[in-house]
Amino acid sequence: MTGNAALAFSRVGHAFLGRSLFEDFDLTLEKGEAVALLGPSGSGKTTLLQIAAGIVEPVKGRVTRGYARQAVVFQEPRLLPWMTLTDNIAYGLAARGESRAARRATAERLALSVGLEEGDFEKYPAELSGGMRQRANVARALAVDPDMLFLDEPFSATDVGLRRHLQDLLIAAAREKGFAVLLVTHDLSEAVRVADRIVVLSGRDGRIAASRTLAGRPGERSERAIFEQVEAWSDDPLFAELFSATERLR
Amino acid sequence: MSQVLAGLGWTGRYLWAGWAGLAGIFCFLAGWQAGHEIYGSFILPSPAETAAAIGALMARADFWTVVRESAGRALSGFAIAAVIGTASGLVAGYSFAAMRLMKPLVTVMLGVPPIGWIVLALIWFGSSGGTAVLTVVIASAPLSFAGALEGVAKRDRQLDVMAQSFGASWLYRLRTITLPHVLSYLFPAWTTTAGSAWKVTVMAELLSNSGGIGGELATARALFDIPLVTAWLAVTVILALATDYGVLHVVREAAERWRSAGLPWGVKR
Repeated sequence: MTGNAALAFSRVGHAFLGRSLFEDFDLTLEKGEAVALLGPSGSGKTTLLQIAAGIVEPVKGRVTRGYARQAVVFQEPRLLPWMTLTDNIAYGLAARGESRAARRATAERLALSVGLEEGDFEKYPAELSGGMRQRANVARALAVDPDMLFLDEPFSATDVGLRRHLQDLLIAAAREKGFAVLLVTHDLSEAVRVADRIVVLSGRDGRIAASRTLAGRPGERSERAIFEQVEAWSDDPLFAELFSATERLR
Repeated sequence: MSQVLAGLGWTGRYLWAGWAGLAGIFCFLAGWQAGHEIYGSFILPSPAETAAAIGALMARADFWTVVRESAGRALSGFAIAAVIGTASGLVAGYSFAAMRLMKPLVTVMLGVPPIGWIVLALIWFGSSGGTAVLTVVIASAPLSFAGALEGVAKRDRQLDVMAQSFGASWLYRLRTITLPHVLSYLFPAWTTTAGSAWKVTVMAELLSNSGGIGGELATARALFDIPLVTAWLAVTVILALATDYGVLHVVREAAERWRSAGLPWGVKR
């Protein structure tokens, strides 16, 4: 691992109930780089993210982390139902022992920045809509000021407008703060929009089937360029083989 | 301002819910009155006679001393049982080995009838308050144990993973994720055991001749003063209800305010 790497998998292997998900997986993320992991269902994308975030211990190999603070945006919001919105957003800060006043100020600032309103601060998750909970999920991750952000299909259940809004927000935050991003997604257009590099996993043995660096920087690509990139990837025979028609429709 | 209004709304809803409870109590009083009219005062004194006897009791100089004595035993037994039962239930929930170790003990505690423990406690403690306290602890602890064990086992693992991803310590996760979840399993156990703590205390006092409400009941029985018997029984029930609705329900409503938060106004739980 080079001194500039945020995260490095080296010869990582994992199995679940005797079935090998992947073997000898190698991948390095540079500091400030956004990598999208794309792959068909069951290719082990989420497991790789969990291994990277230290949630799952790999069966073999090792993960080297060159960052100080991490945060994960999960597919489901995973808010604590008994905590108010601001307490939920401040959860990571409270876990590392920040003072109540400081974490409240950060939580309120981030809540407003993701499009939540002051009147929502004292609401419990049950009082919030699905979109608001997902905004809180993103705010909670950004609150800890991470230098490595893991995104596990974070916007798959959100409507198109909110998805774009949260994607733009994350891109802007990543550019401003310079944190590295590992995004797991099914959505090719999301990968092209958010990432510097796309890594495609093979569905059979979890090996890397393709890895390509995209032209331009996230946030600077035009809609036309994104569309053309998605088109080019979709027409690639390798891609067509990996993703069945149903996968592509997702 | 909105917080004050929310607080007032919550208090109003809590008090309004009391009407349903009162209606149940009045139905019971009506049945009691009917029984009195069939069997007469010697077998079953009327609610009014009982109320008069309670009035006379409260005028007695030692009334509050007697109540305090029983209350001390019932509540300390309940508190000790809640702490021991909950703590061991939490340990058993996290540790499979501890669960395998403790479950047979709990089965033994549940299997031996409270009267059996009273006899044993009488031998160990004699005619002292210890007999009542021990019996309450043994009768109540298994329920808290089972509640805590079930609560830990059914906790949301995804929330735990979320907390781990933020580097939350085990203790912090216990406090913010497991305990609030376990509380919803503990409150039903605690309301049941708070009620039975009073019953078991009075029974143990009566059998061990160790004063308190049970001791007063024994005296009233010896004197064939039936209104006095029903008066003391009514006092015990009132105290048990006060513990349940005056303390535990209030704590539960406050601790689990989030549960009703998502319900629109007027939706019943």
